[in-house]
Order: sequence, then structure tokens, then C-alpha cells
Amino acid sequence: MGASFTAAEQFARRHRFQWWETLPWIAALAAFFAFPNYLAFATQVLITILFALSLDLVLGYAGIVTLGHAAFFGAGAYTVGMLASHFGWNEPLSGLLAAALVAGLVGLVSGLVLLRTTGLTLLMLTLCTMTLLEQAANMGASWTGGFDGIPGLNFGKILGLFSFDVLYFRSQYLYVLTVLLGCFLVVRMLIYSSFGQSLTGVRENLLRMHAVGAPVRARLVIAYAISAALAGVAGGLFTQATGFVNLAVLGLDRAAGVLIVLILGGYGRLYGAFVGATAYMVLEHFLAKAYPTAWQIGIGVTLVAVALYARNGILGLAETLRARHRKQSVS
Amino acid sequence: MSTSAAAPALETRGLCKSFGALEVAREVDFRLAQGARHALIGPNGAGKTTFINLLTGVLMPSRGDILLQGEDVTSLAQAKRVKRGIARTFQINQLFRGLTVLENVCIAVAERMEVGGSMLRSAGLRADVIGEASRLIEMLKLNEDAGRRIVELPYGRQRLVEIAIALGLNPRVLLLDEPAAGIPSAESHILLDAIATLPKDIAVLIIEHDMDLVFRFAERITVLVSGAIFAEGTPTEIAANGEVRSVYLGNAA
Repeated sequence: MGASFTAAEQFARRHRFQWWETLPWIAALAAFFAFPNYLAFATQVLITILFALSLDLVLGYAGIVTLGHAAFFGAGAYTVGMLASHFGWNEPLSGLLAAALVAGLVGLVSGLVLLRTTGLTLLMLTLCTMTLLEQAANMGASWTGGFDGIPGLNFGKILGLFSFDVLYFRSQYLYVLTVLLGCFLVVRMLIYSSFGQSLTGVRENLLRMHAVGAPVRARLVIAYAISAALAGVAGGLFTQATGFVNLAVLGLDRAAGVLIVLILGGYGRLYGAFVGATAYMVLEHFLAKAYPTAWQIGIGVTLVAVALYARNGILGLAETLRARHRKQSVS
Repeated sequence: MSTSAAAPALETRGLCKSFGALEVAREVDFRLAQGARHALIGPNGAGKTTFINLLTGVLMPSRGDILLQGEDVTSLAQAKRVKRGIARTFQINQLFRGLTVLENVCIAVAERMEVGGSMLRSAGLRADVIGEASRLIEMLKLNEDAGRRIVELPYGRQRLVEIAIALGLNPRVLLLDEPAAGIPSAESHILLDAIATLPKDIAVLIIEHDMDLVFRFAERITVLVSGAIFAEGTPTEIAANGEVRSVYLGNAA
């Protein structure tokens, strides 16, 4: 009885908030006061965190390997951009809601088709879906601005209360941080719920998941659609923060970038998105400053080192070191 | 529901399955009685696991019917059959290797309780699911390992988790595919005890090569050879059957 009670205790405790889980948010607020000149950059980091977090839900937890996640980021970014430029709909929060709905719908419909496949086929199909959207955005120039995109967008006050402008980095940063916090709480709730456990089950053993009677495909499609909606919110934030949208929001570069961010931080770990996005973007920023011509070499070397020595990313490395330290202090 | 109490727990009628020219199940007419302790034996490649896969819906038969409690389930998908009460274990462990024993069993119990898709409540705070899973873990004497991840367990203990997961589905028919395979003989008594104490109302079909186990456990034995039923009877009848001895037991003895 004793050991089984401890296991249940341990199971429950993991799902409660730990003190260290406040650290990312304290750090984000500290950054707000400490680096007032970097807030535009920091806002981009927050947006990347949200994007990577959405990817973690499908890749890290459900084990869906995708190379086309920027499709949803792009769907959200264009939704916000087109609503603002064609309909004058420039209230930020409702714009994000629209972005989530459109991206989520794209995720739901494509997921219904794609998630019948696995492995390389799935990988190729996610890539194709993204390319199709990219070409649609390229060709529908009267709506999307085609290759040039939609520049010079302006957004109204948040809920009509807080001023929001491409040039007001302070309000923008706090706005994006608040949205990130909200989305994070949703993701955290999901992954620790029975639904999240069943996604982990699919990742760990598909055969067994079928054998316990789980509606596997339905679960995957729902997770995919939710993840797409969150990526859409990240895309919508991107358009609002930069004041423009162009084809780069749904290209392979962005899809591969977020994958690298998540792997660097550690996938399937909830906080991997936070660590990965911050590490990657800060590294990129300072390397580009120090070596304007050859900074990508530095990024490349770092990624090779992570791939070779830290398979589970920075967080995985930290866990290994902590476990080793514990073992030593015991013996 | 017109299920009469007399209907067998599970029945197949003229069940056939072929992969191209290879026939892996031929006209199998099989009955698993309510609360049965039934063993399915046969030489390697006889089609025993294929038969389990047909029963559970992993494979669809080429011809024939499968009836569960008298109701036709032939065209039902795997998950639907599980809901109707068929559970299985696998010949090679199929567990959630990165998760703890408790989490493994909880996933199965949550699906059975129809809360596997619930998003709002933490799985770790579901007292009903965890209580049920803990009870099964205790029943299989896995208490000490409840908080350990599957990858940290010896293979024999993992076999018990397979059974705990299957029981978590609250089955009416339990299919055990070589449960003792890979268990050191010193540990096999835990497994035997576990199987012996299974609730009497569950009909159990066991595939096993260990004849000691088969003869100790089974009240009825079916011998499968080349995808067809070769003989069927009580353990005494099967042991006395000269032909069975020559195709199968002869090699083992």
C-alpha cells in the first residue's frame, strides 16, 4: 500500500504548480524593466515561445512529426493582416480570436486527412499543405498582397482601453506576454489532463493505445487542431507586433526554425519552448552582432553539439546532470 | 440486447483469413464458454497470434463471423470491440515505456471509464481512476514498482503490467498471448498466481508454449495447426490424443 500511495502522490504532485514554474514569468517581467531598448526583440522571443509551445503539443506530446507547422502560424498572421487591411477590423484581441479560429479550422480539416498517415508520408504531407497555403498567399495578391505582403498595418486599442501601436513596444510586450501566459495555462492544463496522458500514450505506444480502446485518430485530430489554433495566435501576434505580414510567415524557414528551437530546448517538456526560443534567439542576435558575415556558422556548431551530446535538448541535459549529481551525493 | 445466458462469451463461425495464397486461418469454428479457462496451443506458425488479431480487430477476416456474447462484432473496429469487453495482452510487451506503472494502468482505466478525452481535470487528481489502477497494481503485487517507469523494470515485472492494463479495461473476455514468455522460471509463479486469481466471470483464452502452465490452468484445450483446428478437448483428452502428440507434444516431450 505504502509504495503505491507514494506513486499516486508523485503523480498528483507533478500536476500541481511548483515554485520554480514562476521563474519564466519573473524573468520576463525582469526583462521588461532591465532591457527597455530590447523590447521589440523580446516580443519576438515571446511569440516564438508560443509558436514552439504549440508545436510541442503535437510533436513532443502526441508524437506527430510535422515540418509544416508554419502553415498555421501563417494562417493566423494573414487572418489578422487581411481583417485589418480589408475590413478595418483592428481590435487586437478579437483579431487573435479570429486567427485562432481560422488556423484551428485549417488544422482540423488538414488533420482529418493527414493524420491517416504516419512517418515520412505524414512529414511530406505536412510540408505540402504548408506549400499549398504559401502558394495560395502568393497568388491571391488582391487579398494577401502576393509576394510583397501587406505592409503598414495599424491596430486599435486593446478592448478599446489600452493603446496599441507598432511603435509602443512597452504595451506590446506586456500584451504579448499576457496572451502567452493565457495560452501556456491552456497547454499546461491539456498535457496534464487525461486527454494529454492519452496523447502521450499514442506517442509511447500506438498499438497499445488502440488495444485499450482509445479513439486514437480523433484524439490526434483534436490535438492537431488545438495546436494549430495556438500557432495561429502566435502568427496573429506576429502581424500585430510588426505591423506587416508577408510570405515569410508560412515558409519552410519558419517551420524548420521552430522545430530547431523546440529540439534545442527539449521537446515533450513543456518548458523546452521557453528555454529553446530564448537560447536560440539570443544566440542568433549576439552572434549576428559579433560576426555579421559568419554568424550562421556559430548557430550550426551549437546545433551539432546539441544533436550529438544533448539529444533531449538543454532541459534534457539539465535533467541528466541533476540526476548524476544526486547519485553522487547519495553514494 | 437479446444475449441469452447460454451464448458463448466468444464464438467464431467459419473464420478465414488469407494473405494472398497463404491461408492463416481456415474455417475456424471456435467457442469460448462463459467464464472459460481455455488454452490455444499449436506449433510455431500455426496462426495462434493471427487468430487473436482477428478476434480483437487488428486484422479483418477474409470470411466468417465473430460473435461476442452472441452479437456479431465482425465489422467493428478494434476500439469498439474493447468497449464491448475484449481485452488482450501481447506476446511482446506493448507498454508506455517512458511512463510509470501507475500511469500505464491509469491510461487504460481512464479509457474504460470514458474520461480519456477529458481536458479540464488533471489526470493525477482523478481519484476514481487512480484508485482503480492502484487496486489492480496491488492485486498483481506491483506496489513496489508503481512509481517506477517501465524502462526501469525487469521484463518479468513488465509482463505483469501487461495483465494489469488488460484487467483495467474490465474485460468479459481476456486473451493472453504467451503471458509467461520471457519470464524467468523463478518469477513465473507470480504470474501463475495472478492468472489463477482472475475473477471467475471473465472468460480467459491463453496462448502458451509452457505445457506445465497450460495443463495446470486450462479446463479446455484447442490445438491449432496450419490455421485450422486440429483437435479440441479436455486436457486429459488432448494429452491422450496420439495425433496431437505427434504434431506438437511429441516434439516438446
